[in-house]
Order: sequence, then C-alpha cells, then structure tokens
Amino acid sequence: LMTLPYAMSALAPHISEETLTYHYGKHHAAYVTKLNAAIAADESLQDKSLDEIMKSSSGGTFNNAAQVWNHNFYWNSLKPKGGGEPSGPIADKIKESFGDFETFKKDFSNVASGHFGSGWAWLVESEDGKLKVVGTHDASNPIVEKLGNPLITCDVWEHAYYIDYRNSRPNYIAAWWNLVNWDFANANLASKL
Amino acid sequence: MKVSAALLFALISDKTLAFVCPSGKVTMSAGGGVTRREALETSAVTIAAAGMGLLASSSPVRADGPYYLPDLPYGYEALEPSIDAATMKFHHDKHHLAYVTNANKAVSGKEAVSILDLQKNAIKEGTRNAGGGHYNHSLFWTTLCSESKSGSPSSALSSAINSSFGSMEEMKTKFNTAAAGVFGSGWAWIGVTKDGKLDITTTPNQDNPLMEGAKCTPMIPILGLDVWEHAYYLKYQNRRPDYISAFWNVVNWPQVSKYYEEYASKGAGVPVKG
Repeated sequence: LMTLPYAMSALAPHISEETLTYHYGKHHAAYVTKLNAAIAADESLQDKSLDEIMKSSSGGTFNNAAQVWNHNFYWNSLKPKGGGEPSGPIADKIKESFGDFETFKKDFSNVASGHFGSGWAWLVESEDGKLKVVGTHDASNPIVEKLGNPLITCDVWEHAYYIDYRNSRPNYIAAWWNLVNWDFANANLASKL
Repeated sequence: MKVSAALLFALISDKTLAFVCPSGKVTMSAGGGVTRREALETSAVTIAAAGMGLLASSSPVRADGPYYLPDLPYGYEALEPSIDAATMKFHHDKHHLAYVTNANKAVSGKEAVSILDLQKNAIKEGTRNAGGGHYNHSLFWTTLCSESKSGSPSSALSSAINSSFGSMEEMKTKFNTAAAGVFGSGWAWIGVTKDGKLDITTTPNQDNPLMEGAKCTPMIPILGLDVWEHAYYLKYQNRRPDYISAFWNVVNWPQVSKYYEEYASKGAGVPVKG
C-alpha cells in the first residue's frame, strides 16, 4: 500500500478524513492485500511489476491489480490546496484540445457525473497528442483499454463520495476540482506511462 | 379547433395509457395506468380544452411519464438495525426516484408498458439502466420487512429451496458468496430458471435476469439484494459481507413465497407497482 503523499485530513473539507480512513485505509488497502495473496499463490506473477500484472491478468487478479494502480494514480491526482486553473504544459494542451479550461471542466464533469455504476473519469493524452476525457467501468483504465496516456483521474465508485456527499455525485465532482494536482498532470504529460 | 371525439376514443383502448389532466399532473391508478373511466373523463376535459384552443395538439401527452416512485410499504426505520433509516431514505427518495425520472425520459414518446414488461427488451432498447433500476428497486422494497414480520418460506418455497440447494443454509451460503463477489455495482438474485428449479445469479449495474442478453443465468427473480455501495455504505462502509448477513433478518418471506408460488413457478415475471 503506497504511502499517502499528505495527511488523511489534508483534503478536507472537500474530501473528509473519514472518507480517506475508509477509501485509503480499507478499500485501497484491501486491493493490495488481495493482490499480494494472488501473487503469493501464483509463481508466474512473482517477478512481474504492478503494470505487468495489470496488463496481463484477468478476473479477480486483474480487478485487484488495476484497482491498486488506479488508486495509486487517484491519490496522486489530488493535493491539499490543489485545484484552480492549471499552469504549465497541461494548460496549453487543454486550451489546444478543448478551446478553453471551462469547456474542458464541463466535459470532464459531465463524463464523471454521468458515468453509470462504478468506474473512473480520466483526462488522457491520446496517440495523436490530443487530450480527451474518457470514462472506464469498474477497475478498467485507459492503459488496459489503450485509450491513451492517463494524466489525471477522478474515482466515481460510490465509496469515493458517499460519506461526504451521499447520492450527490455532482457535488463531489465540484469539490474534486478544488483538489486537482496539476503538477501530477504535468509530470504525466512529460513521461509516457 | 374542434377535436374529433371519434379520434380521441380511438386512442383510448383497454390498455393502460398515461394521460395528462389539464392541470399537468398524471393521474395513475394502483395498476400503473388510468382506468377507462378516468381516461374518458380526462379526454372529455381534454376535448373541451382543445376546443378552447388551450392545447397545442389534440392527442394525449405524457407529463413525466408512465412510471412513478412507489411508496415504501413501511417506515424508513422499519428495517433497523439491519438496514438503517438514513439509507432507506436516501435509497428510496433519491436513488430510486432518479431511476423513475430517467426511466420516464427513456420511454418518452413510446407506447407505455408496465415496468415489468419493459425488462425483457431493456438491453436492446437502451432502457436497461433506468428501466432496470426502477424495476429492481420496486421489487426490492416489497421483499423486505421489519424483522418481526420476516417469517419463513412457505412449504412450497421451502421444498423448492431444499431440492435446489440442499437446505436453506446451503442456499444462503451460495447467495452470500455470490453477493459478496459482485465486483463494482450490481445485484444478487434468487429466481426460477427455465427448468423450474431455483438458482442464484448476479448481474452488473442495474441489469436483471429478466433482460434478454443480460450476462447471468436467465431466471425469474423472486428476491434480489442490491449490492451497489449506496445500498449499505452509510452503515457498513466497506463491510459488504456484514450487510449481506444482516439482509437475511429483514427478508419478507411471506411476500417472496407469494412471488414464487403465484408468478415465478408458473413462468411469469413478478409484477410491481411503479
């Protein structure tokens, strides 16, 4: 289980300490535990990296591996006092691909709030260099679906927001915009994962 | 503008239709549609209103749509402590209502069918999410009750459980495993399969085994358990297995037995209000 890059209370009031206690401390931790158990039981997994396991597995092993990967990416996509408008290369790319930040924000928010069931909303850089907003179901992600290089993500499984926002996923997404870690997005832009 | 009474009467059949009263409210009987008498009364007012130029067209127009949120058959707190009152309130008043609203949007402009009848082709017709959500929850509320009223399966249902699973305990074990194993959002179901036996299956999101093309064992469900996180998160957080165990305390066995005896064992889907 990765170490959180900030205190569990650091994302409040947008995401509460209580949510992090469960989301990081229980859900994410459980994916790690189950993945480790799968690896222990299967020699062929033992030399592989998380990425490799994720890209080559299926069923329960895939679900756990991908969810570990996705949550690692999610915690890094957030930072205390983050949010606001981006700066650096990501800002230019957003303007290039969406016209302006507000249009991108609306697009991303629609995909995130409209996603049916469990899943994730992502900003990705596709092969042709353009940025796109995509949604994935359950444990899936743009890496395994070959949708592009992920830059930032928002978890829309209900466990990500139910404690703080109950059924109101749009309110959670509005809060998420206050935490977006544009440094992480810039770093991802610079390195193809 | 004169509206042909013959035209209007041709539109009214013995099938249930949703009409808008000039006030804008949809009048519904418990069966989910208007009675002939209500429809005829409404149409008389409609004709008059049309004659006065108050309506843009002379054909019946749906307001929200044919579906509505059925009341819970008990208070929010009735399933405590197994399922908490806050969850019941959000689950019914917010989540289920959203499915009703969206189901009505999804069928807008189409001929109204009961929510049960909508399920078969829901995947083909693109109504699986909201239409499935509305049916699943409408059925769900009726299969739950306060612990004191939970009772036990009828002798017919008991026999079926024993012959299909070995025993009640074995059935519960199989169900619990299935329900705990649903990854992401979905449901676990007990139902009657084509060979007349009981079986257990799961579906993702708001799909159900009545839907053609659903990735599950086809069956007529008599009891389902919602394992979307919204169904248990407030009280159980990540502890879904605890929720599943507690669920058995509040199963309305007399109602589930009725669903088995009167519908599923005869090859018919269980109708619901809504």
